[in-house]
Amino acid sequence: MPKPEILDPQGQAVAGALARLGIAGVGDVRQGKHFELDVDDSVDDDTLHRIAGDLLANPVIEDWVVTRVTREGAAR
Amino acid sequence: MRIGVVTFPGSLDDRDAARAVRRAGAEAVALWHADHDLAGVDAVVIPGGFSYGDYLRAGAIASLAPIMREIVAAVAQGLPVLGICNGFQILCEAGLLPGALVRNSGLHFVCRDQRLRVESASTAWTADLAAGQELLIPVKNAEGRYVADAATLERLSGEGRVVFRYLEQNPNGAMADIAGISSADGRVVGLMPHPEHAIDPLTGPSTDGLALFTSVLRATASVA
Repeated sequence: MPKPEILDPQGQAVAGALARLGIAGVGDVRQGKHFELDVDDSVDDDTLHRIAGDLLANPVIEDWVVTRVTREGAAR
Repeated sequence: MRIGVVTFPGSLDDRDAARAVRRAGAEAVALWHADHDLAGVDAVVIPGGFSYGDYLRAGAIASLAPIMREIVAAVAQGLPVLGICNGFQILCEAGLLPGALVRNSGLHFVCRDQRLRVESASTAWTADLAAGQELLIPVKNAEGRYVADAATLERLSGEGRVVFRYLEQNPNGAMADIAGISSADGRVVGLMPHPEHAIDPLTGPSTDGLALFTSVLRATASVA
């Protein structure tokens, strides 16, 4: 996600479009990115954060969260 | 004097950059993104375009290309590097310049002839210009808004590392009207406007851009 202090004109454009749709009550919209990585259990959270910080996100302008989920039917 | 011009998949302005290098009186050497050596060049220009289709973030994938590893290592030895537009984005993504370039505040791709003020003539790429001088150079980008945290902006201003500022109308909402910055030693410069498109009255709004390419001839001469 863009850091809070980074102006997000795309999010603002979405907020404007919501208002034109007649939807009230949405204060602010921030637009970010979502990546899904299919990884082995051997890939730990530290590695995932390194992937995020070194490539997927630019730490100068973006924050990120790593969420680990187990894929249904995944081979264990 | 041999100046390398890097081509990535999706680079657009490598031919114009090479032409500017030749017009300045140097030899232009084509460098390929997958190359593992710099062919002994005395300086490098990273041109504009849409390397790797701007996938992930503008300049993000290119910053990890094999040729960039060589450039990062050579910069530590004082190699002068000029990043123009996408080249500026790549230099920021590679960590050679601080800050980042993000989506224009107006969301539109902006293409126009832009007035700039030279803020620093003490870089490898602006020695033939004068501080306070005004230039007319095309700007054309969608992700040209320079951003950095407050401490970085203060450091850039305090150390005289803001090299160019937009005059009259800021085309993209860049913080502090910043159009270009330099490394601490002044040998790496990045800017969003395109000096290589302003070297010939036939094809550009001025010939103001040529001075960047002639400046570096003196910088490399002083190293050699």
